[in-house]
This record gives sequence, C-alpha cells and structure tokens, in this order.
Amino acid sequence: MAEITNLREAVADLVHDGDVVALEGFTHLIPTLAGHEIIRQRRRDLTLVRMTPDLVYDQMIGMGTARKLVFSWGGNPGVGSLHRFRDAVENGWPAPLEVDEHSHAGMANRYVAGASHLPFAVLRGYEGSGLAAKSETISTVTCPFTGEELAAVAALNPDVTVIHAQRADGDGNVQLWGILGVQKEAVLAAKRVLVTVEEIVDRLDPRPGAIVLPAWVVTAVARVPGGAHPSYATGYSVRDNAFYSEWDTISRDRDTFTAWMTKHVLEAEDATS
Amino acid sequence: MSTSTIDWTADEMMTVASARALAGARTCFVGIGLPSRAANLARLTDNPGLVLIYESGTLGAKPSVLPLSIGDGELADTADSIVSVPEIFNYWLQGGRCDVGFLGAAQVDRFGNLNTTSIARGDGRPDLRLPGAGGAPEIAAHAGKVLIVVRHSDRVFVEKLSFITSVGFGTGTGFRERLGLRGAGPTQVITDLGILEPDPESRELTLVAVHPGVTVDRVREATGWPLKVDGDLATTDAPTERELTTMRELQARTKEVHRART
Repeated sequence: MAEITNLREAVADLVHDGDVVALEGFTHLIPTLAGHEIIRQRRRDLTLVRMTPDLVYDQMIGMGTARKLVFSWGGNPGVGSLHRFRDAVENGWPAPLEVDEHSHAGMANRYVAGASHLPFAVLRGYEGSGLAAKSETISTVTCPFTGEELAAVAALNPDVTVIHAQRADGDGNVQLWGILGVQKEAVLAAKRVLVTVEEIVDRLDPRPGAIVLPAWVVTAVARVPGGAHPSYATGYSVRDNAFYSEWDTISRDRDTFTAWMTKHVLEAEDATS
Repeated sequence: MSTSTIDWTADEMMTVASARALAGARTCFVGIGLPSRAANLARLTDNPGLVLIYESGTLGAKPSVLPLSIGDGELADTADSIVSVPEIFNYWLQGGRCDVGFLGAAQVDRFGNLNTTSIARGDGRPDLRLPGAGGAPEIAAHAGKVLIVVRHSDRVFVEKLSFITSVGFGTGTGFRERLGLRGAGPTQVITDLGILEPDPESRELTLVAVHPGVTVDRVREATGWPLKVDGDLATTDAPTERELTTMRELQARTKEVHRART
C-alpha cells in the first residue's frame, strides 16, 4: 500500500544516485516540485526518461543531476529551445549528456511494453528516419503471421516513476483527470512510484474521464499543492504560459540560470505539508 | 473569392493559404505553432466540421484561442474526447484515422524530407541541437497526406538535410512504396512566398504558385537547391476580408487570454 509521506522523505527513500528516473507528464500534471527536491538532494548520474522533457528537465540537466536523457521531444513548448539541454548536448556543460532519442510513438510504446512486462513493443514507425540508426533501443522484427517487417522498441522499466495528480485518498489511491499522457503506463512500468498530489481527500468521488491508480501500485504519496507549476492541474490551476516565456530568458545564460536556481530551488523550502 | 482591400503580411498569406489547403479534410493531426494557427483558421472559416487532433490525446479540440503548447487546458476543455498518448499514436494515427498531418520543420529538402533534430554548423562548432522528433516521423508516415508549413529561406530549404527526422519522398520516385508507407506523403509545402508540390513523376518539390507580389526569382533565391517551376505557375488569391478578420480576431483573443493568465 502507498505510504502517505512528505516530499523530502519520499525522494530520500525512493530516488538514488544512478537510477533510471521518469518524471512524466504531457504538458499537463508535470511533477516540477518533485524534480526540484531531487535537485536539492543533489542526486547524481540519473538517467532521466520523459517523452517531452521541458523546464524541469532543463533545470535538472543544468544542475548536473543527469548523465543521460531518454526522450522524444526536448523543447520549451510554444517558445523555443531548452537552453540548458542544448548547452549540455552541444558543449558538455555542466557535464556531458548522453541521449537516447525516439519519436513520441516509439517512447509511448516503450512504456506500454514496460507496463505489460514484455521485452519490447511493436509498431509501424521510424521508417526512413535517421533515428533508428542512432539508437540501440530501436530495431526491427518480422511478423510471424504476415512476414511484414515492423519496428521494435525496447521496453522501458524505470527504477522510479514520479507523477503529479489531482487527488489521493487517505489510503493512497490516486485520481487524475484531463490530459493523462503516458502516466498510467509509466507508473505500471516502474519498480517504485512516487505521486505528488494537489490534495488528500476523504473520498475520491467520480470525475468525468478520471482514472484511479490503486494504492497497491503506488509506493508513496506526498501532498504538494501547486507541484506542477508552471504546468497545471485541471480543476486546480491553469498553465502559466508567461513563465514558459520567462524561462527562455532565465535559462539562456549559465550565470543567470545558476542564480535563479540557487534562489528559487536550492534555498527554497520544499513545498510539502 | 472577394479580395480584401486591407493590407496583409506574408505571414498572414501563408496562414490563409495553409487553411485553404485543409478544404474538404475531415480529420487533421495538428502540430503546434504555424500548423495549429492554420488549422484553427480553417475550422473558423471554410471547414467548420474539421476535426483537430493534437498529440496530447485531445480529439476534436475546438479552442477559442490558439494553444501555446500541445496540451493547453483549452484543448482538453473543448475536446470531444481525451485519450492517452499511446492510444493517440497507436489507434488514431497508426490506425489510419487521420486524413491530414500538418507539420512544420527546421529544414526541408527537395523531396519533402524534414529535419527537426540537429543542424550542422561547420567550422568545428558542435551541431545545433533542435527539440527532436516528437510525433512527426509517424505522422509523416501514416497520415493520409501531409501538409508542411514553413517560412521560406535558404536556411530552411536546403540541398541536404543535416539529419532526416521524418521522411517525405526519401530519394524520390518509389521510395515510399518500397518502405510500405501507407500515407501519400507531403502533397503541399506552403510558405510565406508560395506553394510547392511534388512533381507527379520525380516527386521533387516544384513551385506551383507564388503569393501576390512575389517573383519567381525571389523564391529561387530563398531556396537552397535549383528550384523547378511548374509550367502553369499560378498566383495565390490574396486573403479575403473574412479570412483576415477571422485570423486577426483569433490572434487578438489569444494574446488577451495568454496575458490575462499571468
């Protein structure tokens, strides 16, 4: 059963140096403050996994948390580049960053394979793309029924998956709704699961389009209101589009970035109750 | 088509021409940015029934303002249905439910292949890192056909891509067929200068229309390979007053809402 705990203890218990860690969220419900806690606890050599690494991964990469990034689209949505990600790939600052790069369809299916406890997933994908030749986790497989050659992608099974959700109950059952991305698959593929939530309620009354992740697939739940900012939690907050634009300025320069992170992350208290 | 007497910009012409290219389409898998702007203009003008599909899993989104990201709340709030990301790619795109895929790119070559991964800068400098593939490789492969919208320059329209992220017509005739790709590939590339279409024989992108006031020489200068020009070169109809008004109102609403939320 899920333990109801606080963010500091949850990260200390569940995220270790060298782990493969997925902080998932497709624009919506991005677990930003959990990422900040990982930075504050000075985790190192993480393999970070995410379909759409955005600001929180830019921050983790820029603070030297990651050794490798597994991803399919690494930009600031609607704004432009992730400058810390680019600096790491192009110039090795603050440390070289290995990448394993996919398409969205490939990444999504890698999580599906992981959640299904299969070694790989099959899709029609990567045809004619240069990506297949660059990645050891993309190959081909021949259909035993039709003889057709199809793309195969290796399963993803993170050591830890971290997601943000709207609510949990006192037993640690987790409810989320709105754009759900690949979070269910990322949770079920992982060895350990940390969920931060906007609130803990007595009872999870039904919501249109909501899914419930039962407490027995979740390792720990921490109450972190606003934990997705500048992303959002449907029903609780709206996306802070202006901050995504501001991040372009903050992150462009190494010193400005470091100063901002020191003030807003390293010297900040964690947001847990 | 009643031509407007209002002044318009090359960017507006590009968006209007892109929206017109969606006439008759039923479902469109939309990339963020220029494609999203054009697809929403199409929905608000000549194709009100157009189903917009965003890779965040929002099916039939009807945003009243343009989304900044592929997963803005506005898309979720106005969608007919929200599905997971594995589902959007496996059932809806790979499953053949998308008539049109609408993409942008950092680089395009003469066969409509796209690069969104990295750009070689030479002089011993590291490659310029771009965001990467996102949904594009499979959109390019599976959508019934693909529309591409990009601003025209010789940095975008290049002789040789630094990296092939998403395939158009590969090396030319027969390439898509050899790979067994189900979609027809890029049928139009729409820019701020004109419209290119693949030659029916060679599949090489050919200039078929210039926007009003644009010369062929200017398009050639902005293209990094010797651009072929169709014998029946057309001139695009200028934006109508309705197209311009609808687009400007959409953008004004967008600006207002994104400002109000700060």
